[in-house]
Amino acid sequence: MAHEYIPEISTDRDGTEHVVQGWQDDFYGGKLGFWLFMFTEVLMFGAMFLVLTYYKMLHPADFVAASASLNRFLGGTNTVILLVSALTMGLSLLKMRAGDVKGAKLMIWATIILALMFLSIKAVEWTAEYNHGVFLGLDALQSGNPHSKPFGEILFFGMYFTMTGIHGFHIIIGIGLMVWLLKRINAGKVSPEHHILHWNIALYWDIVHLIWVFVFPYFYMIGAASGGTGGH
Amino acid sequence: MSKSYFDETHCAIGHPKSTFMQWMLTVDHKRIGLMYAAVMFTFFFIAVSTALLMRFELFAPGQQFIDGDTFNQAFTLHGVIMIFLFIVPGIPAVFGNIVMPLMIGAKDVSFPRLNWFTFWLYIFGSAIAIASLFTDAGFADTGWTFYAPYSLNTGTNVIFTLVAAFVLGMASILTGLNFLVTIHRLRAPGMTFFKMPLFVWGIYATAWIQLLATPVVGITLILAIMEKYFGIGIFDPSKGGDPVLFEHLFWIYSHPAVYLMILPAFGIMSEIIPVFSRREIFGYRTIALSSASIAGIGYLVWGHHLYTSGMADIAKTVFSLLTFFVAIPTGIKFYDWIATMYKGKIVLSTPMLWAMGTIITFAIGGLTGVTIAMIGVDIHLQDTYYTVAHFHYAMLGGVVFLFFAGMHYWFPLVTGKMYDEPKAKIAFYMQFVGFNLLWFPMFIAGFLGMPRRYFDYLPEFQIYHQFSFFGALLFVAGLVFMFWVFYKGWTKGEKVGPNPWHATTLEWHMPTSPPPLENHSKVPYVDFDPYEYHHGEPVVKFDYETMRRID
Ligand code: HEM
Ligand SMILES: [Cu+2]
Repeated sequence: MAHEYIPEISTDRDGTEHVVQGWQDDFYGGKLGFWLFMFTEVLMFGAMFLVLTYYKMLHPADFVAASASLNRFLGGTNTVILLVSALTMGLSLLKMRAGDVKGAKLMIWATIILALMFLSIKAVEWTAEYNHGVFLGLDALQSGNPHSKPFGEILFFGMYFTMTGIHGFHIIIGIGLMVWLLKRINAGKVSPEHHILHWNIALYWDIVHLIWVFVFPYFYMIGAASGGTGGH
Repeated sequence: MSKSYFDETHCAIGHPKSTFMQWMLTVDHKRIGLMYAAVMFTFFFIAVSTALLMRFELFAPGQQFIDGDTFNQAFTLHGVIMIFLFIVPGIPAVFGNIVMPLMIGAKDVSFPRLNWFTFWLYIFGSAIAIASLFTDAGFADTGWTFYAPYSLNTGTNVIFTLVAAFVLGMASILTGLNFLVTIHRLRAPGMTFFKMPLFVWGIYATAWIQLLATPVVGITLILAIMEKYFGIGIFDPSKGGDPVLFEHLFWIYSHPAVYLMILPAFGIMSEIIPVFSRREIFGYRTIALSSASIAGIGYLVWGHHLYTSGMADIAKTVFSLLTFFVAIPTGIKFYDWIATMYKGKIVLSTPMLWAMGTIITFAIGGLTGVTIAMIGVDIHLQDTYYTVAHFHYAMLGGVVFLFFAGMHYWFPLVTGKMYDEPKAKIAFYMQFVGFNLLWFPMFIAGFLGMPRRYFDYLPEFQIYHQFSFFGALLFVAGLVFMFWVFYKGWTKGEKVGPNPWHATTLEWHMPTSPPPLENHSKVPYVDFDPYEYHHGEPVVKFDYETMRRID
């Protein structure tokens, strides 16, 4: 449908013709729309960082202590994985624009695999934390029992599981989007001439990794000085 | 006979044969707007019925028909429907969809499929909210504000309502996004930002609020859900959390949201006033820019809801000062509208009556708002009926009245027919008188100390509640009558041409009435201002086939 679209012409009083921008085939509009959508993601995480900062101000020592118990080795590995995946995603877009559809698909596959690795490491991390009794709903994060952690640590872990959880959810969505993108490429709907979908999913992936770039130091690094690399 | 958008449509998936499926799958902005209207007004009537139930209960002190817990659920249901299901999607979803693309000479919005998806997201969210009525725990009883820690402890079904509000927020974001891109990309050639009709300006400012404020409430609702299910602690004082933080996060969205409601309504006002004064609008730029500055300042004033919640005195003072500033651009608009009417050839048709009525009711709503922006006064009036009367004057007497004004104004555009003017005027007077009788006494009752959200009261307040009760009856009678007039107009009304009001903006220059599927026959070149009148007659005339100017 989009391919045979011919824009309309509007004529002013002097007879000069002006090309009308239709909603069809509006590459710039598609990009603008997705940028705006990503802006809402930034605001969502921004609000959560605000909450986090507020509680860190109230309980600085507890926050550092809680952060020290996180596993910086696994968290750091995941950071590297995500950064590399941003590279492969970017390469896939470059290849698509250069006309190398096969190479683009290969790079998307690489991104998907890296994303799955990220999730697996995350699962290992969460499981270890669960086994140490630190997880949402467990005694340590409830108030008023012998295992209860201090307020600041409860709040830290509450936000830690919430934010990394929501971030992980975005990774899962991202994998879904990339699989869909591959299908569209195979169906010929996304091609070097029409790659707005590819462009936007690459942008999505960039935001997802960018958010992690803030999540990682905020949770893992503030306690690095006292916690070593291993954490739990 | 030429075909209108009622006869043919584009669909999101395939081309189904049945008319019903064509409506369900339609991507046409005009049809989507109409479907929003149908669903939203259904909910509106449910919420009005709930309000009537509350007014019956409040007719006398003590318990009449419902107990206190049911009353709590009643005002929550009323508030949640009115806010999240009715007035937040509100004017943008209906007239932003139907009229805005026509006004800028576009064939549709930028993402028609997304628009279709958004509509169904809205339906999905609404269904979740309504579904909680039928669960065992029953509808939430927290008030529409879900304040922690009560919302975390109550046994009623708050989760459904929170999820629903989140989904509806998503729909609102997507609508705003779609309109922003549409307004940036699809204006007809020649139409600069300062040649756009003022309604488009209103939608534009609103779309930014939808986009920038809604995510904050979205995440707040998610955090509240996490708190309720997993006890993450951030709003729970027993774990060191701060419930006031919830109030901040909630109002960071919900205050800008009131401008998200009123700005498109002001846009409707700015369309109606010049057309029925047959005069170019006074101060076009100041109106356009005041919309933008209201949207901007509106972000910085949320703290005026927290004067009694525990906040530093310096913060209170700053929030109070900033709140006063919002009154300035609003005052400018009022000044411009009245100046437009001055020496105009005023035509008192129903849309104009509604607009002029709103000038009175919204002025009351707005000025009483300034009174409770003052910290000292608000300490006394917070959570009394004074505040409830204030926001009903602003939302019902402002937004909803202008919504009705727009419904009369664009009725011939949407249906191609005309309603019965004399009857519509009677409906207006019934509602105008009924509304004031309904809410004005509540200012006094609130000032004297009648608290909000109570099903019982001291005998001394009875007289005010009884006035209010009869006002409510008159108002609702007028409301039903108005919809009956619309119904008759649509089924039996006289056919009218494309431009019955002698209006100037592009939505009135359609080749057929009602408009065809893809709007204007050709996209016009816009080298004129939106409201050009000369001696009471529109200046710009078009040949509706070629859409070239013939004046
Ligand atoms: C049909 C006319 C209406 C009547 C008779 C009415 C009546 C009421 C009543 C009796 C209350 C409860 C006050 C209390 O006990 O604190 C209330 C609350 C409220 N109304 Fe209305 N109302 C009407 C229309 C509207 C409209 C059009 C809106 C908004 C678009 C609206 C928004 C609200 C909100 C947000 C609340 C507060 C709910 C809460 O406390 O959580 N109402 N209304
Ligand atoms: Cu406010």
